[in-house]
Amino acid sequence: MKELRDPAVLRRLLDEIGAKAGLLGRTPRLMEVCGTHTMTLFKHGLTPMLAEAGVEMVSGPGCPVCITPNAVHEAAIAAVTGTEGLTLAAFGDMTRVPTRKGSLQAAVPAAGSRLRIVYSPEEALDEARREPGRQVVFFGAGFETTIPGIAYTAKRAAAEGLRNFSILPALWLIPPALRAILDAGEIAVDGFIYPGHVSAVIGAAPYEFVARDYGIPGAIAGFEPGDMLLGVRSVLDQALAGRAEVALEYGRAIGREGNAVARALMDEVFEPFDAVWRGLGKIPGSGLRFRAEYAGLDAGRRWGMAAETAEMADASDLAGCRCGEVLRGVIRPAGCPLFSKRCRPDSPLGPCMVSFEGACLIHFKYGPVRRARS
Amino acid sequence: MCLAVPAKIVRLEESGQGTASYMGSEVRANFSLVPRARPGDWVIIHAGFAISIVDAREARETLRLFKEMAATDRR
Amino acid sequence: MTKISLELGSGGRLMRDFLAAKIVPAFRDPLLGELADATHLPGGIALTTDSYVVDPLFFPGGDIGTLAVNGTVNDLVVAGAEPRFLSLALILEEGLEAEVLDRVIGSIRTAAKRARVRIVTGDTKVVRRGQGDKVFINTAGIGRTVARPRLERVRRGDKLILTGTLGDHSLAVMLARGDFGLRSSVRSDCAPLVFLLPLWRAGARWMRDVTRGGLATVLSELVERLPYPVLIEEDAVPLSRPVRAASELLGIDPLYMACEGKAVIVAPAAKAAGILARVRRHPLGRRAAVIGEVQDRVGRPGELLLRTAAGGLRLLEPLTSELLPRIC
Repeated sequence: MKELRDPAVLRRLLDEIGAKAGLLGRTPRLMEVCGTHTMTLFKHGLTPMLAEAGVEMVSGPGCPVCITPNAVHEAAIAAVTGTEGLTLAAFGDMTRVPTRKGSLQAAVPAAGSRLRIVYSPEEALDEARREPGRQVVFFGAGFETTIPGIAYTAKRAAAEGLRNFSILPALWLIPPALRAILDAGEIAVDGFIYPGHVSAVIGAAPYEFVARDYGIPGAIAGFEPGDMLLGVRSVLDQALAGRAEVALEYGRAIGREGNAVARALMDEVFEPFDAVWRGLGKIPGSGLRFRAEYAGLDAGRRWGMAAETAEMADASDLAGCRCGEVLRGVIRPAGCPLFSKRCRPDSPLGPCMVSFEGACLIHFKYGPVRRARS
Repeated sequence: MCLAVPAKIVRLEESGQGTASYMGSEVRANFSLVPRARPGDWVIIHAGFAISIVDAREARETLRLFKEMAATDRR
Repeated sequence: MTKISLELGSGGRLMRDFLAAKIVPAFRDPLLGELADATHLPGGIALTTDSYVVDPLFFPGGDIGTLAVNGTVNDLVVAGAEPRFLSLALILEEGLEAEVLDRVIGSIRTAAKRARVRIVTGDTKVVRRGQGDKVFINTAGIGRTVARPRLERVRRGDKLILTGTLGDHSLAVMLARGDFGLRSSVRSDCAPLVFLLPLWRAGARWMRDVTRGGLATVLSELVERLPYPVLIEEDAVPLSRPVRAASELLGIDPLYMACEGKAVIVAPAAKAAGILARVRRHPLGRRAAVIGEVQDRVGRPGELLLRTAAGGLRLLEPLTSELLPRIC
């Protein structure tokens, strides 16, 4: 799919976008809510190119690292440092968030315990099967893209009667967060780029309320630079035509109806609850927790942490960190007094500077690249 | 949170597991979420699970579109 | 920091801080203070040392033995010294199979022959089961000084040459661990860089082998000490197909993946083509390429910039901690 990265094609799409933005007569602000979208923009240097074309890109709370409250990260740290013979399996992204107890990655495990980076929850389940004498806790963090896989793993563990496997859940749903941002009214968003792979699971319907109730156009986009520019172009087309809908610009990979099998699995194992998001506070129906039948797999319960640990969220953020406002798109990273002074990639004070998709890290790394003195 | 790649299914096993091929590398994944997938299909794989089947026709169409854009841009 | 964390060993910022805070002040030696990978001593010799604790011991393309020889040899080569002699210290865990040790020693012998160095002294210790991870190796290397890299001589317009593809070693080790359910034909690129020695006389100004932390980390350390920014062209960076695939699948950036047989060379503009041709003539340098330059058209002094394949520009930072696969 290298055509989707061809500079000539991207240039052409940017020119079209520039022309359309010009017709709009103002600089539209588009929000994406997916860490991988943020990463695509960053990796390919698209954000400044879009800015030059007259479109402002803003990142919303699309980074599960960033929105999982410190209390949950601290629970993971407590598990691996406080229990012997335990494997804490986690996705790489989750392990570097600085909490009052340091990061998961820097934590020194208890005797015989270890942190293990995994790519899939199945790797954690495999270890539990192979080593019945070890406790394996999977730090299950993610949005709807990842949740079905976690649900499947939970179901298998239950079916196999494994006693040494549990999941510490940090499961978040995108559409309720979108509603919360719009209702907060803190920031004017002219359009949304919806996450292509979340949509692979949930389809297009869950975003329709944005178009219908708020009149804001949006497009579901894939993850190559060309895909994102197609998404931006689609949103501008809608704006110019005075339309608001949920356009699908990633039809090659997903259908409007999403994946019903995946959704059924999520629904079987988990139930929604009002979760607390870092920076956004409590959002109705925005998180998933284990249903009663699966409570035995809940690491939060097993390790004496309340399932609603997340309640303690904001209190445990490091002082001065304004990640919350960055996550809501209210301030740009430069608006945080700690940004690039005390809070830097090598000494991060908050998740937005730690996560590869954190807005602060991205702004730090590639902010305006200035020309040298001539 | 959506890092995923399109890969071509090489082999499916009874258990729901299987292997897919991506740029010459083989990855083990779980295909239980896409029960209609068959060897030879392209799927989107995220964190070890196939979450969607790629529509080959639409994929070709997208590619064709982009190739066109690239071609007409060559002066 | 009251306890040593695993992260310290990954060679990033934590390691540098540790050296600056604990090691350098303890010894106050001007030669040590340079924190070079190999140090030139009075008398025309250079000295280096490295320890090897890789897990697993064996991986496609090499093993701890080949690493132990080539890693130390390469530190000497890129510092401007012809490797001559190595010491070999083994720390073995009780219960290690003799057959495993035989394989490792055989690899060391083969690697030493290939790199034309002699193993002339050493040591062997055995620790209790559970107190060492099968085999730990330390090698110290002595070489004959043939050149003194001079960063002060680096000029605007100097080119950066990378001797081959990035990340093969890192990926080979990851996969040999069975991580991530990924299988590919990748092999570690572990190899001696002795073939680069003549380049010192051909005009090379500076070299560094691309190990832990990858190209981005090595170049960050370079650019910190230059009065000009450095610009790298993403399209020009050679990558093998397996590394490309894995980086897309796992979300690992090849610019940060370790190699064990690749170097980056700073060459004056007028000599770059000739140096590149010489590297390419060698089997280990077939995919060598000019990947960037020292310039001042874009960026500010001290900045390492990448022009992306899409035509954008971004800053590259050194690796601050362990390389991790992402789901995001």
